[in-house]
Amino acid sequence: MITLTIDGVAISVPPGTLVIEAAKQAGVLVPHYCYHPGLPVAGVCRMCLVEIEKAPKLQIACATQVTEGMVVKTQSPQAKDARQSVLEFLLINHPLDCPICDQAGECELQDFVFQEGQAATRYAEYAKRFNPVEDFGPDVLYVPNRCILCTRCVRFMEDVAQEPVLNVSERGDRATIGIHPDARLDHPWAGNVVDLCPVGSLLSKDFLHKARAWELDKSASVCTGCTQGCNVTLDTRENVVVRVRPRPNLEVNQYFICDHGRNNYRWLNRGDRIEAPLVKQDGELRAVDWDEALDRARGLLRGAGGRAVAIVSPKASTEALFLARRVLGGLDWTGAFEVTMGEQAPLAGVPNLALRAERAPNVAGAELLGYTNGVESALRAAESAGVVLVLDEPDLAVPTAGALIYLGTVLPDSARGAAVVLPIANVAEEDGTFVNRDLRVQRYFPAKPAPGMARPAWWALGELLEAGDRPGSAAQAFDLMAGAVEAFAGLSYATLGAAGRKIGQAAGVPV
Amino acid sequence: MGYPHKPHPKETLVLSKHFGDAEARSYKGWVKRGGYEALKQALATDPAALIEEVKASGLRGRGGAGFPTGLKWSFMPQEKKKPHYLCVNADESEPGTFKDREIMRWTPHALLEGTAIAAHAIRAEVAYIYIRGEFTEPLAIMEKAIADASAAGVFGAIKIYVHRGAGAYICGEETALMNSIEGKRGNPRIKPPFPAAAGVFGMPTTINNVETLAAVPLILKNGAAWYKGLCLSNPKSTGTKLFSVCGHVQKPGNYEVTMGFPLKDLLYDLSGGMRPGRTLKACIPGGSSVPILTREETEACLLDYEGVVEKGSMLGSGGVIVFDDSADMVYQIMRLARFYAHESCAQCTQCREGTAWTTKILERILAGQGAMKDLDLLLDLSENMTGKTICVLSDSCAAPVVSGIKKFKSEFEAYITGKKRPVVAA
Repeated sequence: MITLTIDGVAISVPPGTLVIEAAKQAGVLVPHYCYHPGLPVAGVCRMCLVEIEKAPKLQIACATQVTEGMVVKTQSPQAKDARQSVLEFLLINHPLDCPICDQAGECELQDFVFQEGQAATRYAEYAKRFNPVEDFGPDVLYVPNRCILCTRCVRFMEDVAQEPVLNVSERGDRATIGIHPDARLDHPWAGNVVDLCPVGSLLSKDFLHKARAWELDKSASVCTGCTQGCNVTLDTRENVVVRVRPRPNLEVNQYFICDHGRNNYRWLNRGDRIEAPLVKQDGELRAVDWDEALDRARGLLRGAGGRAVAIVSPKASTEALFLARRVLGGLDWTGAFEVTMGEQAPLAGVPNLALRAERAPNVAGAELLGYTNGVESALRAAESAGVVLVLDEPDLAVPTAGALIYLGTVLPDSARGAAVVLPIANVAEEDGTFVNRDLRVQRYFPAKPAPGMARPAWWALGELLEAGDRPGSAAQAFDLMAGAVEAFAGLSYATLGAAGRKIGQAAGVPV
Repeated sequence: MGYPHKPHPKETLVLSKHFGDAEARSYKGWVKRGGYEALKQALATDPAALIEEVKASGLRGRGGAGFPTGLKWSFMPQEKKKPHYLCVNADESEPGTFKDREIMRWTPHALLEGTAIAAHAIRAEVAYIYIRGEFTEPLAIMEKAIADASAAGVFGAIKIYVHRGAGAYICGEETALMNSIEGKRGNPRIKPPFPAAAGVFGMPTTINNVETLAAVPLILKNGAAWYKGLCLSNPKSTGTKLFSVCGHVQKPGNYEVTMGFPLKDLLYDLSGGMRPGRTLKACIPGGSSVPILTREETEACLLDYEGVVEKGSMLGSGGVIVFDDSADMVYQIMRLARFYAHESCAQCTQCREGTAWTTKILERILAGQGAMKDLDLLLDLSENMTGKTICVLSDSCAAPVVSGIKKFKSEFEAYITGKKRPVVAA
């Protein structure tokens, strides 16, 4: 380990660590634009100039490796002057159109100017550089006037996506980000350039003028787009999900998500939700309270003869999948799920990161809990089963001579024959876990309330257990599972943390 | 096009001995003049011994920085694990500099011989000569020379290629040049890694200027002591140097003198002095990137690395730009700033924005719309543009501005106060 001092704080970091990363560990954020831990170092914005004792001039923290005994000063007068001058240079041609800029409130230019910039400009007399907005791709607009040429987007496309369609065109103060004349920014992971852009120069058309950054509530979640299990943040405004952004997890998705996952959020806001439990009375589904619906369901389960079949969604939480199995526990049980398939789209520059062909987040969880991938035989079994439980599979019709208990966010026509319909929360409305393709168990958190009387599936299913066994929280539901299913033994919400844990890790298997 | 002037008696003809001699251009003509003997001898010599010999000669880089050549060669890895490369910087783009062009036009084989010797010394298989795109005549000459000499087999296992630039000043910066050779945009790279560790194609690379390499065969032929003896002032500056004199002199051109030669004599004797009735006002001694000298500084300046620094400037590339009393220093400095603003690669914030802003302020002063506070602003911007970027283009823009305001402030003030009529449109 190398020991150094940053702004008076002594720290020890591994050899090869960059000063800017060491500073983070010392609790010091060195202002920067071009540096991004997920991209090759460019060293061009010159914003992270810091004073290093014994160095003849200021050094950039993003390209300088730590050395033993190094003394770094980010707040020395020279370093502060240098940063202030970079901010002045960046602002002379910047339109300062923050009131109409989507980035305002989460803009690094705004933040650092606010933090240590000058109040007045010395550039007042000259016209600012102007270039028209360009349409770069299906979801990306380029506003060159706001661009500070940090080249994060160029490096992402070149080194991470490895589809180099962007470049720096022209020279000097005429330079802008250019796109290959015959290409579009339509790589399956291209949307990341919008997140990477530290200013409001690369914008998502989907999010354009939808919300101000300070109006957004942010919740940690896991993408439901495929089995990769990318960590995401759900941005909600007034309980409506308006944006999905990557949440860094170096073990799963680094700093990125694919466009499929980014754009696949509208279903979380569906307006046609089931808002009350329904029971069949006189051949019609009628809204009732939870007690009545749960009583009816318990009665059906208790009185069921013959086989029990569960058809579940691989987008359901691990907790719900476990409990669906448990409520059918005493019966001759068959469980299955079906996963939608799509085209695989890897992110070339990151090992083991791709939009996977299996387009559901919890395929591995369902398999670990004994569900069969493929519903064909389960559907056949359902026809003559005594009781059939369907967990949020609106696209699968499950004909049965027995009793159908349907737990869903929406009510498809095919489920209108159900004896009981229980309204459940979607992934944005509950606590839960998914198990990704590498058997990493990851938590997600609620971003908004469920509509009406809808409750999380773990709760609804838990209520179907015997009175003493019912979990009081998602964490307790998970604990029940950890106690019952070997694969989850030793895990708990506390040990999963924000980054998740691989199954087997607790038993000493490496991450 | 012939060579325009006869040698002056005060010149020391070493590199330029054959300038104007068309026969020396050809392979046979060069061999007849003793060419390629040094290479033959070098190829039979241990690389380490070659490096020692060049170190002993005191030869320093002629591209501008003046780094000791032998020392630079010795930075190449001792244990060769990867291919080594030699790059020859023939991108001579520094305003006021046109010496390498003449070396390539008249003595292409001198450069090739030096290139092959250097390649052997650093154990490189391949050498790239990166020629400025506008140098069409030198390009054709170099290509023919390589073909002829290669056909004669003088380079042994060493392969020499010409790579033509596409007209960017910044590609003369060594790491931008390497990016350009690789087919990338000519942006300077952050250092470290230095070229000797990871240069062109990420391999250990040495890069030398044309004039530096052209001197190497003569050092081997005549001995390091001979070269070291070519010194009129400071023993740290040895050998001869080509100075390209342009501007307000009667006989502009390339002149070769021994290190330590008085700048005054270069201007008044070799270059024929000022035009009748005119007096010297200022001089940029080392290409457009170095600080401007006043008449007094110029006339007291000795032309070697230390002598020019002593007077507040740098020897640089040896491009001597002369201004007489008719010159408008504000306009000249604006032209320089405009050049740097045009050529900035746009990577570093200070350079991209600072060079353009500096130009705008100077243009405004020349349009009669400047204010006194603009001078302070220019100095402050220059300070912010110095020592803070990847390469020194930004510093180069600041140098003439700072020295210009310091030394010719009254000319700026004349525009600002309205004493002088505006010369550019507002």
